[in-house]
Amino acid sequence: MSVPAPTGESPLARTGPAPAAAGGEPRSAAFRRERERTWRELEALVDRVERQGLKSLSGPELHRLPSLYRATVSALAVARGTSLDKNLLDYLTALVGRSYIAIYASRRPLIHSLAEFVSWRFPSAVRRNALLVLLSFALLFTGVLSGWCVTMSDPERYTALVPAEMAEGRDPSASTEELRKVLYDDGGGWVTELNLFATFLFTHNSKIAIISFALGFAAALPTVCLIFYNGLSLGAMAALYQQHGLGLEFWAWVLPHGVTELGAIVLCGAGGLALGLALVFPGRHTRLENLAARGRDVSTIAIGAVGMLFIAALFEGFFRQIVHSVPIRLSVAAAMLTLWTAYFTLAGRRWDVRAP
Amino acid sequence: MSALPDPSARVRWIATPEGISVPFQVASAGDRIAAFGIDFLLLVVFSVIVLVVALVAFPFGAGEFALSMALLFGFVVRNFYFTALELKWGGATIGKKIARTRVIARDGGPLPAGAVFARNLTRDIELFLPLTALFYPRLLVGNGPGWGALLAVVWLFVFALVPLLNRDRLRIGDLIAGTMVVRNPVALLLPDLADESTRAALPEYGFTREQLDLYGIKELQVLEDLLRRFDQGTVRLDTLELVCDKIKRKILWPAPRWNVDTMSFLRAFYGAQRGRLEQKLLFGTRQEEKKR
Repeated sequence: MSVPAPTGESPLARTGPAPAAAGGEPRSAAFRRERERTWRELEALVDRVERQGLKSLSGPELHRLPSLYRATVSALAVARGTSLDKNLLDYLTALVGRSYIAIYASRRPLIHSLAEFVSWRFPSAVRRNALLVLLSFALLFTGVLSGWCVTMSDPERYTALVPAEMAEGRDPSASTEELRKVLYDDGGGWVTELNLFATFLFTHNSKIAIISFALGFAAALPTVCLIFYNGLSLGAMAALYQQHGLGLEFWAWVLPHGVTELGAIVLCGAGGLALGLALVFPGRHTRLENLAARGRDVSTIAIGAVGMLFIAALFEGFFRQIVHSVPIRLSVAAAMLTLWTAYFTLAGRRWDVRAP
Repeated sequence: MSALPDPSARVRWIATPEGISVPFQVASAGDRIAAFGIDFLLLVVFSVIVLVVALVAFPFGAGEFALSMALLFGFVVRNFYFTALELKWGGATIGKKIARTRVIARDGGPLPAGAVFARNLTRDIELFLPLTALFYPRLLVGNGPGWGALLAVVWLFVFALVPLLNRDRLRIGDLIAGTMVVRNPVALLLPDLADESTRAALPEYGFTREQLDLYGIKELQVLEDLLRRFDQGTVRLDTLELVCDKIKRKILWPAPRWNVDTMSFLRAFYGAQRGRLEQKLLFGTRQEEKKR
């Protein structure tokens, strides 16, 4: 204790049961009398913190808060062993509870949380779950490959693999010209593009990504199916375009935003798998504890993935309508891939911790 | 006089980092629904306002633009309202502040940002999807068979009802994040019934040690409760007179001194009894109930 308290008295000066007072009053009454001022001081500070936040305390008050809290905690411990005044015990218990909340509930400016998240929390969480990310990617890739092979061998299977709402007229019965038109749609001005952007946020890919994370809770089987299914429809559509001789153009159309969007889906899939595995293989902890420990980590990944989907939607809504040249589209896609890989392998490396 | 808001609510003991365990009352289903209802209402009102503003811009030619901005804004706020407020205020949102509840970490440490993310990410499947399933099941299941739709609805409802199935009222989000929602503790310190100033005003009754050994802690606290309630005016004097008579009979109070002033007798007895029981406590004897 290097700084003297404002009233010149340290709240930790007396610990243990009070000496017996005269007149035969219970020791606990004397105990309370000595310490009541400390508790009232803490109560006043905690009242202010509850109403206006820690910012409302002055410097000396902020300095005094932890020592008041610790003194009250030790008073509660002593009172539990030596006092039978129920009101006193209830009061101290509640006061300690309120102070605990006031001191330990995390409050930080939103900007700090955001900067910290982007610069190290997110990439670090992805690196910790690298194996599952690779597994999720493998699932997606297998799906794409399967969809491709199946549709190439029998174009009619396309309708089974791609639901009508997603296909939007792009099916085996469409002509080459109609398909080409989709790839080079002009968009009709930036206002329409903004509309498209806003609507893309609600397309089924975003939902799939978040749901495959959340459904990991059901032991990951739905997640596995969802990722594979996504891959299937993508592969099928690619095969359709390939059969009309528009294969390369199709990939140039999908990949600029697709790299980011598929990356997000892969990450959510990895998250869902991690949750499912946490439930099925709890290791040294109970299932619930393990779920909680992994869950915080994995939800960081899911939030980051939502951010990635946002970026992908920006590309989908604007970039695609503005740039039509295949080489440029493909080089942008390659650049995005490089950027994301660099981000996830390098950002925030020095803050990495081993998984719990 | 209990300082706890609701004596019948479930209590869970959380170990604080200082090494002491503190009880917190688990927020009831009613509290949770009320808090969420308020937040949900705020979100709906906000979305409506944003939409109205967008519609108003239509005659000025910027309608489509305003509409897209409105949709975007609405999307961001709806998805991040809970996360942002729980991060900023340390486990509280507007609805929770009104319902006087709070989010804390079940393991007793600080509430980490990752936990706030985790508990809010699953709101989609816990609430919004089941609600959609209730009103527009076809939106979710497409054109599948009827029994498929029913199965999906039932499955989604299990997720939504998880809080009702466990006593700590944990949502799936709480299970994943290691958090819990508790009621804010209420601390009210009433005057000490046995301190020097009170005792100085009382006549000396001279209770012997044998007389004070008859009752236990439970009876002492019942007496404390009665005395405090009398001070507050919720208990009548004749109840206390009955108690006084019962005590006098049990401790074999001498007949010549039978007529005493009820209140001063009871207060003096309380003070002496508490002193005696605390003395025994110091020597390691904890007498919970009365003898005989």
